[in-house]
Amino acid sequence: MNRLRNQDQRYRPWLPFWALLKKEIHRFCRVYTQTLITPVIIASLYLFVFGATLGNRISVIDGFSYAQFVIPGLILMGVINNTFSNSSSSLFMSRHLGHIVDLLVMPLSSLQIVTVYTLAAMVRGLVVGAVVCFISTFFAKLPWAFPGYALLMAVLSSFLFAQLGIIAGLFSDSFDGLAMYINFILLPLIFLGGVFYPISILPPFWRQVSHINPLFYILDGFRHSLLGFGDLPLAGSFLFAALLSIILFIVSVYLIARSPRFRT
Amino acid sequence: MSHALEIIHLDKSFSTQRAVADLSLFIDSGEIFGLLGPNGAGKSTTINMICGVSRIDSGQVRIFGYDSQTHCQHARRLTGVMHQEVVTDAFFTIDKALKMHPGFFGVPFDPDWCDLLVARLDLCAHLHKPMNCLSGGMKRRFMLAKALIHKPQLLILDEPTAGVDVELRHTIWSLIREINQQGTTILLTTHYLEEAEQMCDRIAIMNQGQLIALDTTQALLNHLDTRQVNLSLEYAIHSLPDWLVSRGAQLLKDGRVISFSLEKEETVCALLNHCHQQGLRVRDIDTTSPNLEEVFLHLTQHDRTIGDCL
Repeated sequence: MNRLRNQDQRYRPWLPFWALLKKEIHRFCRVYTQTLITPVIIASLYLFVFGATLGNRISVIDGFSYAQFVIPGLILMGVINNTFSNSSSSLFMSRHLGHIVDLLVMPLSSLQIVTVYTLAAMVRGLVVGAVVCFISTFFAKLPWAFPGYALLMAVLSSFLFAQLGIIAGLFSDSFDGLAMYINFILLPLIFLGGVFYPISILPPFWRQVSHINPLFYILDGFRHSLLGFGDLPLAGSFLFAALLSIILFIVSVYLIARSPRFRT
Repeated sequence: MSHALEIIHLDKSFSTQRAVADLSLFIDSGEIFGLLGPNGAGKSTTINMICGVSRIDSGQVRIFGYDSQTHCQHARRLTGVMHQEVVTDAFFTIDKALKMHPGFFGVPFDPDWCDLLVARLDLCAHLHKPMNCLSGGMKRRFMLAKALIHKPQLLILDEPTAGVDVELRHTIWSLIREINQQGTTILLTTHYLEEAEQMCDRIAIMNQGQLIALDTTQALLNHLDTRQVNLSLEYAIHSLPDWLVSRGAQLLKDGRVISFSLEKEETVCALLNHCHQQGLRVRDIDTTSPNLEEVFLHLTQHDRTIGDCL
């Protein structure tokens, strides 16, 4: 029992942050079949259908094959879906099952908590995105016009959707509620944001509607970075993604600091 | 002596319900302090505010001098909590969870300390089991190990023995005593008043969010000035004499035992003489001092009566 007092008990301020980040990464790695393999298989099926089969029958877009056009969207879809799912499900499950009390008693600030959940979600999203990117090389060659920008846009979009996941995880009161955010908000944003078609082929009204979809700007920026062409200037897409990320990050930190949904 | 915990004018409401009302108390370093009260008295809400699970509406909590709101990181790292609800993260096994937990509080993992806790709480055979495969008792043991793994200076135990068997209860209490002897301050709530009586140096009793008593355990026990007397008679009687009816006595065991309260200044000798004069043949006499349960019921029921009148 003397062991209780004879150890170096100096407080290491960086350790709680690091320990929680390790825990959050460990959490999704433990169920890797569900969190890593399944999304990669789904993306591979999309690649097969649109890249190797249907894609050959769809006309060339701006000098690129349909497979080349659709691959950036599928990579980003993998990143976004998994980033959002990770932060939302982790926060929702801990609230739902009650072990959020372990998080609430930790010596961490709201900023640190949001950062940990964001980073863990980004790791999962970017790992899935990287694997999908690798698999896509078997279906089509991409020009990789601005690889650094492409990576930056993937990081920015994963950051942004991690914030949306945190907000959804806080405001969901049931599994149905959480599924509603995914099925009625996230999926329509992805599918109507131009993953499978260029916005330019839409009638004028729907083209205008697409401009209020934030994912359109992010996806266009990512595709622009990979293929070298896009509907919008690259700088505009980055500016939009960065601004929205900052705003949502501030909202997330505020909710974690103040919302009774997190701390009663 | 420095205070391990200071609670100053603490207030918390949930919509219109005032869960904790103007609560003030302190706990000395190295003390075992009991916080008692009936269900819904505000004990768990108070504990949740101390450890950071709930926000404080108004008032202040200081843990070893650190304000729990302005210096929450310093205050929380010194505190270990075993919550009332059995909640475990099903993603991890016991050994993984115990290895991770000290890091959450900014201290490195101490394998020797972990081995000691695992051995004392008899968790060795279950180390590699996921949480959802553990029995309720095992989860309680794990929760206590988790609360202690980062060597907190203030250990908060919210009904740690609720729903556990006798053996585990004794294991928990003996471990808590040893940890306290090493200097850890303990704040505990329990519904086993006999255990609170044996364990705690001081006790606070809450009712309807308010503090209704706070004193040393012995002083609280002295609060009731009566002893319970059981007179065993040589023969059964069918009705109580008038002088015993007026004292609120009861006839038990088919008229062979009379039970009533004896005032503090009354002596057993005088009582026996009086019985003899009244023709009662007493075979045996048994007196018991009031226990914490009686004090608790007296205080909480008295408080409720006053509340109802108001």
